Amino acid sequence: MLASIGFAVPGLLWALVALPALWLILRAVPPAPIRRRFPGVALLLGLKDDDHVSDRTPWWLLVLRILAVAAVILGLAGPVLNPDRTQAQGSGPVLILLDGGWAGAQDWAARLDTADRLLAQAGRDGRPAAVLRLTAPEPVEFLSADIWRARLPGLAPNPWTAAVLPTLPDGDFDTLWLADGLALPMQDDLLAALESRGRVQVYQGGRAPLALAPVVVEDGALRLTALRATAGDARTIGVSAMGLDPAGVQRALARIDLQFAAGDAQATVLLSLPAELRARVTRFEIEGIRSAGAVTLSDDSLRRREVALIAGRDDREGLELLSPLHYLRSALEPSVDLIEGALLDVLPANPDVIVLADVATLSGAEQEALLGWADKGGLLLRFAGPRLAASDVSRAEEDPLMPVRLRAGGRTVGGAMSWGAPKSVAPFTETSPLFGLAVPDDVAVTAQVMAQPDPTLAERVIAQLTDGTPLITRKRIGDGQVVLVHVTANAEWSTLPLSGLFVQLLERLAVSSATQRPAAEELTGTTWAPVEVLDAFGRVTAADTLPGVAGEALLTAALGPDLRPGLYRDDARVMARNVLVTSDPLAPAIWPARVPVVGMGGASEMPLAGWLLALALAALAVDVAATLALSGRLRLARAGILVLALLPALPGDALAQATAPADDKFTLLATAETVLAYVMTGDRPLDETSQLGLQGLSDVLFFRTSIEPAPPIGINLETDDLGLFPFIYWPVTEQQPTPSGEAYAKLNRYLRAGGMILFDTRDADVARFGGASPNGRKLRALAAPLDIPALEPLPDDHILTRTFYLLQDFPGRHISRDVWVEAAPADAEKIEGMPFRNLNDGVTPVIIGGNDWAAAWAADDRGNPVFPVGRGQTGERQRELAYRFGVNIVMHVLTGNYKSDQVHVPALLERLGQ
Amino acid sequence: MTDAALLHAMSDGSARLRARAEGEAARLPPLLARADQLAGTVLLGEHGRRRAGMGDDFWQYRPVQQGDSAAMIDWRRSARGDAQFVREREWQIAQSVMLWVDQAASMRFSSDPKIEPKADRARLLALAAAVLLVRGGERVGLTGTGLPPQRGRAQILRLAEMFSRDDAADYGVPEHRAMIPHARALFVSDFIGDITELKLALTKAADRGVRGVILQVLDPSEEAFPFAGRTIFESIGGTLAHETLKAGDLRSRYLDRLAARKDELATIARVTGWRFHTHHTGDSAQVALLWLWGAISGGTA
Repeated sequence: MLASIGFAVPGLLWALVALPALWLILRAVPPAPIRRRFPGVALLLGLKDDDHVSDRTPWWLLVLRILAVAAVILGLAGPVLNPDRTQAQGSGPVLILLDGGWAGAQDWAARLDTADRLLAQAGRDGRPAAVLRLTAPEPVEFLSADIWRARLPGLAPNPWTAAVLPTLPDGDFDTLWLADGLALPMQDDLLAALESRGRVQVYQGGRAPLALAPVVVEDGALRLTALRATAGDARTIGVSAMGLDPAGVQRALARIDLQFAAGDAQATVLLSLPAELRARVTRFEIEGIRSAGAVTLSDDSLRRREVALIAGRDDREGLELLSPLHYLRSALEPSVDLIEGALLDVLPANPDVIVLADVATLSGAEQEALLGWADKGGLLLRFAGPRLAASDVSRAEEDPLMPVRLRAGGRTVGGAMSWGAPKSVAPFTETSPLFGLAVPDDVAVTAQVMAQPDPTLAERVIAQLTDGTPLITRKRIGDGQVVLVHVTANAEWSTLPLSGLFVQLLERLAVSSATQRPAAEELTGTTWAPVEVLDAFGRVTAADTLPGVAGEALLTAALGPDLRPGLYRDDARVMARNVLVTSDPLAPAIWPARVPVVGMGGASEMPLAGWLLALALAALAVDVAATLALSGRLRLARAGILVLALLPALPGDALAQATAPADDKFTLLATAETVLAYVMTGDRPLDETSQLGLQGLSDVLFFRTSIEPAPPIGINLETDDLGLFPFIYWPVTEQQPTPSGEAYAKLNRYLRAGGMILFDTRDADVARFGGASPNGRKLRALAAPLDIPALEPLPDDHILTRTFYLLQDFPGRHISRDVWVEAAPADAEKIEGMPFRNLNDGVTPVIIGGNDWAAAWAADDRGNPVFPVGRGQTGERQRELAYRFGVNIVMHVLTGNYKSDQVHVPALLERLGQ
Repeated sequence: MTDAALLHAMSDGSARLRARAEGEAARLPPLLARADQLAGTVLLGEHGRRRAGMGDDFWQYRPVQQGDSAAMIDWRRSARGDAQFVREREWQIAQSVMLWVDQAASMRFSSDPKIEPKADRARLLALAAAVLLVRGGERVGLTGTGLPPQRGRAQILRLAEMFSRDDAADYGVPEHRAMIPHARALFVSDFIGDITELKLALTKAADRGVRGVILQVLDPSEEAFPFAGRTIFESIGGTLAHETLKAGDLRSRYLDRLAARKDELATIARVTGWRFHTHHTGDSAQVALLWLWGAISGGTA
């Protein structure tokens, strides 16, 4: 080992002689003192050190330093570990034969290195040479080895195995055959032909070829099979399922280990993936192997249908059987994968069907996203309901996401207060996709939304009632469609969801199981266009210039220049052709005993200078830490050392940290403490008033309650994350810009998730709520795309009247009583002996009023009010009530219906003096 | 220099002074607000839930005596019989409480940016105690002649202003002149420097029947002495310095001296009838205030 180390500059080694001198110098110098401010010094005065000898550098630190210097000297002397080898001699032309198939791709660089080494050897011996790839045979020309060495990097393997006997040149030549390790169909013939011209030597080595058989679905799981050419020792390989994540980034969505038992050439494992992930997987690949054989592409056959269920606003404590989604869930659960969540959250999962149960208003962004999704083939299934009937959606003109225009209010038949009997469903017509389904007698419709009789109505109806009114209508949007069922998805308006017809109907409309791979005879006559193909390294390349492939050939024909592994498309169907078609074992190449087989590669020279210098650096770093520790400065320097140590190691992370903090800082600021927020309107004085107002309210909360808010934050609806704030104050001005579609989507998500917005039109002195004041009109325009439930004037027993203070008035700078909140459910009843109705629901998502609360709350740094309120003592009382209203609101937001709980009634009654 | 330039320079100077004054004043409200809030937590714990409409504590009814004005008579009580009564409240005779808070340089020390300086904590505690005392009707002031004890909210403001003045000396010395006989006193300092003056002050106080509380405020590092290696220790003002080759070896002897100092303080306090407590800036101010409040009100009740 030592004999194989040489030095580039041996003279430098004389410097080692100087090391003992360094030892003496280092020993003589004591560490420098630190100055430290410390009041306790008064108690130290007069204390003597036990040890009067000055602290010397300890011996082990000296050894460390000497070691570092020695390593530097050795490193600079340029030590090299360098074994040198030579090749066998010979004369005459040399043919270098490469298999060039996919199996060789995994060690292609090693193969090229070997070829380069052999060519260099041939060049030194003055022998002409030629290089031939069996997968892409070209006429052989013997040239100077240097020319071939220059051409080598341009040679690439092909994603198929060689099957054609190449034409060999005339005359004798020696052959150096760089084999892939897989048996070739014409291997014996070729070997015989080559041996008749000269000596043949085979280079075969590196890793045994690995391949992945096509993935099959088995009992809902995916069966992955990996094959290897030579059955060797036990080995574990990882297989990744690659695909686009919801953000559109290619990444490994899942990975699993496959274990080859010792002496086994095949390994199998079952991979169970959520359907959403499964639909996203585009390919499986063996980790760390770059070869087309280690990749298998997935196509339609792996997919299962995904259905997203979305209800307008769930009744949080409603009964299960009244839930608009209950029957849909029960009907669909066995056959498809259900996704539930906010609309914009499920859309990136790209479901096949989206069901909207009684969702009326969609924000601009949601509508746009839905249209885009439907245009690409999505099926949107909508159910009617009270919300849709009460809304203005598709009233005057047809909504893009509705098949028909609707008449106001819908109709009710067969109820207690209406004429006529409940209607039943008419048999389906021949043109309807539902034709053939039997209509049960017991399906009765008591209420429905009514379609306007437009010219297009007739062609869009696919089911109707016995009186001819449409029950189900449908419209095409690009590749997709929207279907509207004119009754509710629960049993409120009809008995349809209770009948078996409901399930059949859903099956006909939306549900279908995974598609089977077509059989060969089905494919006769079809032509499949390549969408993307693989190269030998398993990389996907575009296939624009490649010709189409006949269907029957696609399944079974051998791969070659005309049929490359890849994805092929015929109309809507997509089929994958992989390198391996079956999971038959791979056949290893077997060479007769007369042919010498040697491995590839060889040890190359290895400079050691870098390692030694790194060792010196590491020793010096340890020395820095040790020196600091000895002199007591380690605590101060710890942060610095940490940064120094991490900087070179994580340049990417450090950059990311440098660019990321703006966002994180805002998040931290907003979440470290409770923070009240206001919407910045762009009107500077108004924004300042909001800031001061919320500051005043925060101070009051701080002093009077256990809520201790941080200073308020102005938020930008477009850019900031609303979810961080429990409460948002939104003053309305005429001039403020209308938020974008994305901002409305965020706002809707915020409101649905339990946030609260206080809208303040600030004009209660001149206008009543609903009046046509400029701010009132602006408020309506602003709030139209928001998903706001029915409202009512704040009732006397609303929880806001008693969350902290007992209040009956809600003044700000103005004293209008018009404050609107979410309406109580119609069935809320007052129990005998209780002062309040039993209203056990959540936080009202909006409070709307015009009392200019922020101005009443506003206080400067010293707590003095900024704006006058009322006159004299009455005014101060009014301001106090305004503060109390603010306290109640924030308490309501943070504690929800806590005070609505009947447990508190006795205490409240006592305080009310009853 | 022309008159105009002189005027300009003068107005410039006064503007600077005002800006400085405003800067100084701006420090007051946060201290006041924190002290108020701290005081608020104690009242809650002491009195529990207060009923609306209740003012000062009722003590007893006593018959009207010579010299009582008609306005002092409680007519509701008196209407039940023939005699007239006066409603007496607790805390009718207010105590004077004198504060001394060490403003010296050593108090401006903090071992960690996350821990506030000792001076800040000392002022906060003293002011919060003052808020509580004033709320209880006591008269509060500073020792010495600077700010004699008075009652009322305005006194708190004056105290806060006095507390915002730093002292240039390295270690603080308690003021023992002009002590009001039979008053109460609260001394807050780190008591690390020379304590002969403190002994003198306490002896004088005991002579005049003044009793009170000594609160020692220490930084956590002053308790732990987490130093090692060759070090030159300097006082904050820079007047004292001590060099050592191995700071780690001094630790046990330093801690012994600190313990001796505390012991000494406790002994003086016991002898003169004062109360003594050590508070660390790393701990919650509320705990210290609770002790302080108990010690002071325990002494005055």
